[in-house]
Amino acid sequence: MGSRWIWRALAIPGLVWLALFFVVAFYAIVSVGLGNVTTLYEPVPHWNPLDWNVGYIWAALKAVVPGGDTWDTFLRTVIYVIVAVALSLAIAYPVAWYAARHAGRWRGLILVLLVLPFWISYLMRMFAWTNLLADGGYATRVLHALSIDSLFQSIGLLDGNDWLGGQHIAVILALVYGYVPYLILPLFVALDRIDQRMIEAARDLGASAAAAFWRVVVPLSKVGTLAGIVLIALPMFGDYYTPDLISGSPKTAMMGNAINGYVQGGPDKSLGAALTLLLSAFLLIFMIYYLRVIRADQREAAAS
Amino acid sequence: MKRRPSFLAITTWVYIVWSLLPVLLAIRFAFNSGRSRTSLQGWSLRWFWEDPTLSVFHDPTLQSALVHSLELAAIVMLVATPLGTALALGMRRWRGRGSGTANIVLLLPLVTPELVFAVGMFLLFTTAFGFIGLGTTAQAIGQVTFTLSWVVLIVRGRLATIGRDVEEAAADLGAPPLHVVSRVLLPLLVPAMAASLLVSFALSIDDFVVSQYLASGADTTTVPMRIYSQARGGPTPALNALATIMLVVSLLALVLAYFVFKALTRGEQKEQRDTAFRQLAMEM
Repeated sequence: MGSRWIWRALAIPGLVWLALFFVVAFYAIVSVGLGNVTTLYEPVPHWNPLDWNVGYIWAALKAVVPGGDTWDTFLRTVIYVIVAVALSLAIAYPVAWYAARHAGRWRGLILVLLVLPFWISYLMRMFAWTNLLADGGYATRVLHALSIDSLFQSIGLLDGNDWLGGQHIAVILALVYGYVPYLILPLFVALDRIDQRMIEAARDLGASAAAAFWRVVVPLSKVGTLAGIVLIALPMFGDYYTPDLISGSPKTAMMGNAINGYVQGGPDKSLGAALTLLLSAFLLIFMIYYLRVIRADQREAAAS
Repeated sequence: MKRRPSFLAITTWVYIVWSLLPVLLAIRFAFNSGRSRTSLQGWSLRWFWEDPTLSVFHDPTLQSALVHSLELAAIVMLVATPLGTALALGMRRWRGRGSGTANIVLLLPLVTPELVFAVGMFLLFTTAFGFIGLGTTAQAIGQVTFTLSWVVLIVRGRLATIGRDVEEAAADLGAPPLHVVSRVLLPLLVPAMAASLLVSFALSIDDFVVSQYLASGADTTTVPMRIYSQARGGPTPALNALATIMLVVSLLALVLAYFVFKALTRGEQKEQRDTAFRQLAMEM
């Protein structure tokens, strides 16, 4: 088999590219986060692990624990993401279920409309809301006409009248708006794949419609649901543009804003790199957990 | 199982209206004859080219953002598609040591938050790869890197449907491996490559974080970056017009790709072809 070289030759350029620009780029974060700075605060990466300086990681760690500078931001990010994912799920599940099971002759059209947001720039979709939620914008007027603004004010969800002036609720809803299309599609695929006969069998054996849904459909779509949740939660943790466009206030800053501020704005790029490493480590736990769930599910499927 | 389909139907249609209406209104404001981006003021093409200073066509900052976005997208699709196709072909036959690691590295860009990736690239190009520096080259490299994984997924999906039989038949008939690739596999992969061109084009023009981190100045500003920097600074409807043009470009690319894809897969079953294309549009 002297012909193997051709497959290697085909794979090598792409692999070298990924090694140089993905693996080494991640290592650059490690080297800067564990490096030092010049007197002008320009980062000096320490590429050799023997030279690593834990000072910035230590500072970043102290910042993200209770009492630290970034603790509030970290906590806020986690709460935003949890609430936004829960709301997204509440919207996406019925929509995906309808599109997969009940849409009938509308199915093709609905699928096109559900995919359409993917082809519209995310920034444009956020910008569209800044038109609508501005003072005098259509959404502001509708929310006022329906007294939703005063209702929200009375239960403390809205502070003042300016929807774009640092409102938690506006940022969370914007996150939902931005990411829910990316949840609907994996859910649709998972729900579409469920064999109709499984549901019928459950019904024939006496399960109520609700019981069949909770005990057959939900477990069978578990993997797709988790995949979708991870798919939208991971980018939310790195998001800084949504809060910037919809609020711009430090009151609604997320981890992405903190990192972006250090790396692009301020003098402390090394601290920004250290925070990026901590965020990656935090997210890695979710990624590994997710991979394990999938593997366990596959094993279960193989065993049965 | 009919589980209150009417409630589900209402939820679905309300969601669809909610997801698209804001964008439709933003497009409508682009055609305003007045300066407002919050209410309707007649119809005009003022913000596209009629206004002598503020329209997309006459404002150099808006025009250059448009040109730069399209330029980057062209570079990215022309680099990522061949690179990713070759990688998918090569990885298919690569068994044993290192292939598992390579597979993980290939999938990681898909789950890495863009910010982490962008910070890494930014630090790389400002330290070790300082000879490349920030700017258009860095932006193109950054976008190709995260687009590559998508191209590999698309081509791999197609390779899976082709199966080994065709390849083995060609080899049994005495075709050398080079010919198996160039005369058997590549022609079969043309639809997947067309799809990859489209996907990398779309990923590139939609990209914001990587372009922003690797930009070097005004002439490397893309459309999403322009939207980000002006959205909260009292923009005119020209910004809506710019966003509208980009949207039309990506939808045109999608429609064009659909027809190309259709023409290239003419011999195949209609359903199979439609499913393949739908999967593709969804993978995004």
